[in-house]
Amino acid sequence: MMETTVLDYQPWMTFGLALVLFLIGLFGVIVRKNLLVILMCIELMLCSVNMIFVTFSKINGSIDGQVFVLFTMTVAAAESALGLGLIISLYRTLKTVNTDKLTALRD
Amino acid sequence: MTGQMLIFVVLATVIIVSAAMVVLKNNPVASAFSLVVTFFAASGIYALMGAHFLAALQVLVYAGAIMVLFVFVIMLLNADEPVSDLSQTPFWIKLTAFLSVLVLGRVLYFLLSTVRSLNVVEPSLEISNSINISTALFSDHIFAFELTSFLLLGVIVSTITLAKRKRSKSVQGYSEVKE
Repeated sequence: MMETTVLDYQPWMTFGLALVLFLIGLFGVIVRKNLLVILMCIELMLCSVNMIFVTFSKINGSIDGQVFVLFTMTVAAAESALGLGLIISLYRTLKTVNTDKLTALRD
Repeated sequence: MTGQMLIFVVLATVIIVSAAMVVLKNNPVASAFSLVVTFFAASGIYALMGAHFLAALQVLVYAGAIMVLFVFVIMLLNADEPVSDLSQTPFWIKLTAFLSVLVLGRVLYFLLSTVRSLNVVEPSLEISNSINISTALFSDHIFAFELTSFLLLGVIVSTITLAKRKRSKSVQGYSEVKE
């Protein structure tokens, strides 16, 4: 086995990066009020999940993780198209995309 | 420090900084373009891990298609509306979000140490990445592949239904334009 030092690239480093990316996206979903930016943060989280799939595909030496990334990408594209359609329809009805103003069910 | 490690550090820095800018920028257009940078750097990470086909697909699907959708919707919606929302978020919500993210991060760090102890299996690199992926896609995962086409059809129909104007309104608008 090849000797590896601390400074060599290892697949688990990508896992750590994906975790940080996921947490940033989660923070954005909680903090932001603009629906468009919330959707972008969800895309960030999906991207980090893709990265984790590729990492495990690399670690296990199997291609199945990369095939699943294909499916995740399709679902992500579908999700963003549908979400943006919802936002457009919402904006047409209520003239806002601010989550603080969407209180029709609360009041 | 090897060359791979250097590339990884650069790409990771770009990803984290631009992802933070997606969250912290007040203007949605700035957020969208930071998201493009994030996706490009993520495709670089895929290429670094040997998933060249996914790297190309990431640029095509995310940075191409999805971002065009986002920019178009921003153009349609927020052209004249003053956008500032991060400064309106109360401080306690930011603090709570930060604390919950910290707690979740601590939990996930546990997972990271587990992943760190896994041994990397060296795959056979005789055939190319895209041949590998398409063989697996059209043999083992063919059912999921067909289901995906149903998903896309459903999304097309429902998005068009959601986003189109009501018929009476559009006819009215058309007659107004004609006059």
